[in-house]
Amino acid sequence: MSLRRYFRRGRADQELKRELATFVEEEAAEVEALGVAAAEARRRARLKLGNEERIREELWRQNSMTWLDSLARDARFAARSLRRSPAFAIVAILVMTLGIGANVALYAVVRGVLLRPLPYAQPQQLVAIYETVSLPGYVFDGGNRFMPVAGGSFGAWRDALAGPRPMAELSLVSPGQQYNLSSRAGGAGAAGQLPEKIDAAWCSSDFFATLGVTPALGRGFAPDDDKPGAPATAMLTDGLWRRRFDADPAAVGKMVWLDAAPYTIVGVLPASFVYESGKGGSAAQVWTPAGREYGAGLTSIFDDHQFVAVGRLAPSVTLPELVSRLNAVQRGVKASHPAPAVHDAVIGRSLLDDAVSDYRTPLYSLLAAAGCVLLIACMNLAGLMLARHAARSQEIAVRAALGASRTRLLRERVMECLWLAAAGAALGLALARLSLGWLVRARPDLNRIDAVRLDAGTVWFTLAVMAACALLTGVASSLRTGDASLAGVLRGGRQPKGGGRGHDGLRRGLVAAEVGCTVVLLIGAGLLLKSYQRLRSVDLGVPIDHALTMQISLPDAHYSQPGQRVEFFERLLAQLRAMPGVSGAGLVTTAPGQGWGGDVLVSVVEHPAAPKGDSLDLQTRAADPGYFAAVGLPLLRGRLFTSAERLDKSRVVVISASAVKLCFPGENPIGRHVKGESSGISYEVVGVVGDARWRVDLTPKPTMYLPLYNNTTSAATIVVHSRGRAEAMAVAAQQLISGMDPDLPVSDVRTLRETVGRAALGAQINSLLVLAFALIALLLAAAGLYGVLAYLVTQRTAEIGVRIALGARRGQLLRTVLWDGLRPAVIGLACGLVASVAAVRLIASMLFNTPPLDTAVFAAVAAALLIVATIACLMPAWRASRLSPLTALRAG
Amino acid sequence: MANRPNPEMLKGTLDMMILRTLAQGDAHGHTIAKIIERGSEDVLEVEQGSLYPALHRLEDRGWVSSYWGASANNRRAKFYQLTAVGRKRLLHETQHWRRMARAIALVMGETIPARGGKS
Repeated sequence: MSLRRYFRRGRADQELKRELATFVEEEAAEVEALGVAAAEARRRARLKLGNEERIREELWRQNSMTWLDSLARDARFAARSLRRSPAFAIVAILVMTLGIGANVALYAVVRGVLLRPLPYAQPQQLVAIYETVSLPGYVFDGGNRFMPVAGGSFGAWRDALAGPRPMAELSLVSPGQQYNLSSRAGGAGAAGQLPEKIDAAWCSSDFFATLGVTPALGRGFAPDDDKPGAPATAMLTDGLWRRRFDADPAAVGKMVWLDAAPYTIVGVLPASFVYESGKGGSAAQVWTPAGREYGAGLTSIFDDHQFVAVGRLAPSVTLPELVSRLNAVQRGVKASHPAPAVHDAVIGRSLLDDAVSDYRTPLYSLLAAAGCVLLIACMNLAGLMLARHAARSQEIAVRAALGASRTRLLRERVMECLWLAAAGAALGLALARLSLGWLVRARPDLNRIDAVRLDAGTVWFTLAVMAACALLTGVASSLRTGDASLAGVLRGGRQPKGGGRGHDGLRRGLVAAEVGCTVVLLIGAGLLLKSYQRLRSVDLGVPIDHALTMQISLPDAHYSQPGQRVEFFERLLAQLRAMPGVSGAGLVTTAPGQGWGGDVLVSVVEHPAAPKGDSLDLQTRAADPGYFAAVGLPLLRGRLFTSAERLDKSRVVVISASAVKLCFPGENPIGRHVKGESSGISYEVVGVVGDARWRVDLTPKPTMYLPLYNNTTSAATIVVHSRGRAEAMAVAAQQLISGMDPDLPVSDVRTLRETVGRAALGAQINSLLVLAFALIALLLAAAGLYGVLAYLVTQRTAEIGVRIALGARRGQLLRTVLWDGLRPAVIGLACGLVASVAAVRLIASMLFNTPPLDTAVFAAVAAALLIVATIACLMPAWRASRLSPLTALRAG
Repeated sequence: MANRPNPEMLKGTLDMMILRTLAQGDAHGHTIAKIIERGSEDVLEVEQGSLYPALHRLEDRGWVSSYWGASANNRRAKFYQLTAVGRKRLLHETQHWRRMARAIALVMGETIPARGGKS
């Protein structure tokens, strides 16, 4: 209301003018009617009206808002004063743009990935429940205490929760499944489309209901679909339905072939549906009922862990309550099934945490680093403002003498900063938009990253950051306006004698703080970089150059006869090895660095029986005889498989060096036997090979290799060792395979080097970003150091001139000035090192094989900072020592 | 002459009187001033410096609305009109004023005997 009036006050004034004219005419007419002459009547009417200007001023004032007026005046004044020094304004705006842009982009990521609620109904009620081990000191693989759930445990939990008022609905999901998808005539989609391997997930029939998701088309799974032997059913995601089935609504009810078996499409999930967990799942394109796919025994097997329990808490039930209830159940499960692979405890977290808790520390660390840069930028700007202020001290003193109030001067200062921050924020938003696009492409491995946007919340954040920057900078640069020596400034003209002391102290303090923040950033960057390099140079156990891997999976429907698979594998290897440029080829179930690949509990036949619950855990792989040579895994002892060891003549194993240490400490394992706990089959150990890592960032696990030709496995990873570039073999190898079986999809084609690079992707981006931030900070801090000392030298020109004239040695002078400039840097460095000791603990979980208090990094950062600071200070110090006393004294 | 001392109007009463005047019909600034002055038997003199800002203020508050029309002498004049909100306001102000006037009269009537009360 009043704002409208404020902006329309010009029009109101015009209207008032006409009204007053009417008044005069009306009054004059009235007086004239009494018989007065026209001119006299008009004069009297004017008198009656009074001072027209005053009436108009009165209305103008009534319509005005003084604060808005003076604000606009301040803004105009500040803009004018910035326009007078464009170089300063441009530098300041650039610095602000970088700082604000980085913060906004990272905030958008944090908001989109970590803070945005899950896209389900009442997402805060949703939880993910895992199994865990309560043994104190138990070492979890990769430090991850959230271990997948066995179907048997899940069944026990669900039975225990059943009742009239359950604490939670529990459903089951197994992300990370895969199918060979193919189309045929009569089924959904055009026949003759290429087969492909797609990611899939199994779930219990009530999974979607638990999440509160209803299918966009068709129906969800019914309890009858979720049983062993039930007719095969599948649900498609919206993406797959559009891509492969042309978004045809008639696809529902038709057939699709998964692993060469027909499945009825019962429904299509909504486009908004996404499931992301700590165990993957975001890539799943087909969902199938777990009860049917797993087959018999889903709820009676307690040592096969491949599920996540997703639950919806009943109102007023908390996660800890549910976990403690399930813990009691799981202890009972362990008591009745004491096998070592059965876990004894339960652990849970919110479904949102399940999806993103791994990224929390890295993302918040990056945001903190960006905040640090912005803080430094603000302090730098405040230093620049102080210098400007000192240069304008005379103008300001005159204005203060003429009655400009302190708050008025402060307001102008903040207003100048606000202009700079606003320009920085506008450009920063553009920069954030650009860098966000890059960030989303660079980190496809982050859950929920696709949905990151510059939304309204981010814009509000930008405005808040902008205001905070303006206030911080403005106030920091105004802590001393130095008007105590007003008279001195006025009298002294250009050279305030001693009036600048306050400024100098403040500027030194700001620079010291800048240096301190820079040190923290540099140390963080150094640690992350070192960790990244260690991760990149991890020894997988095999050479990673010239090695290409790809996966195939032979569908049971086509390769059902014993020997059929073996025959295919042998033919494939023979043809691969005959390809030009190939120096070796082998088959293994899981290549080094590419995943867990399964494990089995064994005992040594020749040893006395171990107490129950104390078996040996070996990772298992199946490999063809040529695999070890092809991938470069050295044979340490004994022999490898022979090609005769196949089908039922294949009770031999090759074990890794660490498996020898675990199972046969101090013994010769060759000729001894290990026996599978659950299968009861004994295998003779024929050879020992080197260790290979299953995950790039974890130590190798004791491993046992079985012959691939024993016909138990249908999926295999092909390892091709080439003489030239490994990538060059990819197309030829795929053509060869499709020539052998056109229905067989090839997936996950990548080199071992890429495997390592992919594992280090997060570390790479994080360390590069923090390094970039640290370098910007270093540049700003150096500029700050230089600025302060250069200004100081100019201020003290006369004094230095006198000293030189009196015979001060130039070397001595250089050292004095240099030390004067370096002091804030040294103080900042000391504070920064102390702060780093605390800060690095926060990023300890992001470091690989690098202690947080790595002395080398701390020492390198300290040295680098001192060198940069010395260089920054050397120039002004040198100039001071070279001053000609004559010019110096004249200038004074 | 515009500064000639005149009986100071009680704060807020001008608004009330303008509303009261407009209750009898639409009027422009000059007429309103005249009516108030005549109505008070020329005791009150309306200062244009207060009247016109007051009219604009009342319009902003939505108690009166305005339109341009022809005056009795056929001149273009800005007419003011009481709105429904303004009418309600007038009622409220009038009651309040009556109460105040009565209270003041009660107090004043006891100490000094009425003398020449009729102008």
